[in-house]
Amino acid sequence: MSEVIHPAAATTTRQVEIDSHSINFGPQHPAAHGVLRLILELDGEIVERADPHIGLLHRGTEKLIEYKTYMQAVPYFDRLDYVSPMCEEHAFALAVEKLLGIKAPDRAQWIRVLFAEITRVLNHLLNLTTYALDVGAITPALWGFEEREKLMEFHEAASGARLHANYFRPGGVAKDLPAGLTDKIAAWAETFPKFLDDLEQLLTGNRIWRQRTVDIGVFSAEQALAWGFSGPPLRASGVPWDLRRSQPYDKYAEVDFQVPVGRNGDCFDRYLVRLAETRESVKIIKQALAKMQPGPIKVQDRKFTPPTRGEMKRSMEALIHHFKLYTEGYHVPEGTTYTAVESPKGEFGVYLVSNGTNKPYRCKIRSTGFAFLQATDVISKRHMLADVCAIIGSMDVVFGEIDR
Amino acid sequence: MAEDTAPEVAAPPPEPTAAELFTAAVALLPGVTGTAWQHGELTVHAARDSVVELMIALRDSPQFAFEQMMDLCGVDWPERGDRFDVVYNLLSVSLNQRIRVIITTDEVTPVPSIHTVWPAATWWEREAWDLFGIVFSGQPDLRRILTDYGFEGHPLRKDFPLTGYVEVRYDEDRKSVVYEPVKLTQDFRSFDFLSPWEALTTLPGDEKVFTERAAERARG
Repeated sequence: MSEVIHPAAATTTRQVEIDSHSINFGPQHPAAHGVLRLILELDGEIVERADPHIGLLHRGTEKLIEYKTYMQAVPYFDRLDYVSPMCEEHAFALAVEKLLGIKAPDRAQWIRVLFAEITRVLNHLLNLTTYALDVGAITPALWGFEEREKLMEFHEAASGARLHANYFRPGGVAKDLPAGLTDKIAAWAETFPKFLDDLEQLLTGNRIWRQRTVDIGVFSAEQALAWGFSGPPLRASGVPWDLRRSQPYDKYAEVDFQVPVGRNGDCFDRYLVRLAETRESVKIIKQALAKMQPGPIKVQDRKFTPPTRGEMKRSMEALIHHFKLYTEGYHVPEGTTYTAVESPKGEFGVYLVSNGTNKPYRCKIRSTGFAFLQATDVISKRHMLADVCAIIGSMDVVFGEIDR
Repeated sequence: MAEDTAPEVAAPPPEPTAAELFTAAVALLPGVTGTAWQHGELTVHAARDSVVELMIALRDSPQFAFEQMMDLCGVDWPERGDRFDVVYNLLSVSLNQRIRVIITTDEVTPVPSIHTVWPAATWWEREAWDLFGIVFSGQPDLRRILTDYGFEGHPLRKDFPLTGYVEVRYDEDRKSVVYEPVKLTQDFRSFDFLSPWEALTTLPGDEKVFTERAAERARG
């Protein structure tokens, strides 16, 4: 350079631009898993602060449920965590049953266990594969969605809907399984572990996958407990806690399964825990199919569950009961309960307050992802920008449930 | 007779169950005003001002060891003086037990924030502020969380209408999203479900039977 440096400029301190800025991650970012708006304050490429803005999918579910009868409230639960619809219904059905003081018959409980586990596989397949997609592996998503399609066909065969099932009802399930479905599920359960082996071969030993996830987003057991974690992220941090094991509901006390626990609490462990859980789910599905006996699929008290179509054509009482159940619904005795289930994402709870009428007085939904997302700031601090994608993917957040 | 002379032995009081012992221990904690079991769940009513001490005791005492605050929510009872319940659902993963702590407050009295006890409380307190207007003192981040930017009102209060006050649409002329007062083409259909189907008490013109029945019941 021919320019002559002015002696004064050489002696004074030079102005250096600090490379810090904040960016908007989402709400239309494909790795934001829906409508997350994450405001990131960056120092170069290092995250200094992450401030998630949620509520872009807020539909006022809790308010709407206060204006609906108990039976009309069930479909809202499908639309919370739309990736694991039946598990959400499960929590509500158990809460209402607890307040009503009724218990679903054995076959209904087995069907619920069966479909809760099918839903768990569905959820984990979506999470594991899209998580891999966020990190840059496209093949697992293409494979996994094919398997999901098979499972959604089981959903459809049982309930008539692929996603928004509205199948678990207080007092049992909507209708019995169609003929031949259990054989199809059993055949699928035989072939599915092969798919998991293939998936594992693609990812677990994959050098890029490991570089992107091992030691990324480490969360200790103490931190995970303090931040209200549950489900796979809590177990990945080394806390052996599973509501299906420790506070069993329906028939979970009668099935044999392992609770996989991680050691490091990083993104890789969260992946491994989910993968191992999927294998356990297949074991539970097989046991449920083996132990299921023919019988009634809902409480045989016409004050809570509707009569069959055939009965309605012949019996006046059945017709009246049907009419009253679908207009007025049942009145639930005054009471309060917090009932939680182990949904695929973690503890999904319903805090239900009844004032003796046919509509819930208050129905608070304890969404799992709410706690995970809240900790994003702590987990992603001093990580690289690209790691935020891996961290959010490993948390398994779905905004239908977080925003409610 | 031998039976008469034998000294009467009072039956020993039944051994207190684990649940009773637990309840008694909880009742001694700071600020606890009442305990109740319902559906196998323990509910503790507590004083608003000592909630932080109570939570620290519940978390740190080895007998309780509630490491996790799973949920915090509000419940609105507009007919009461202290209209809001603040409900904390705690979980102990080491002892496998749950407890529910309920405190009351009104629209203006702040509730001490417990985000120092469990950092997870922050967002749930924000949510209770957003949806109910419950104020938490000592909470540094009391922004709205679920509702829209610039939203007014607290939607889960019982006096907030289901439809809200404003509706949102995209205006093609102004090329922006506009807020307008909500217009309903049809009234909200609210049915009276207090039907005489289940609990038939008195029919019109049949009051005499009802009063006689009530008198009979009063006699025993």
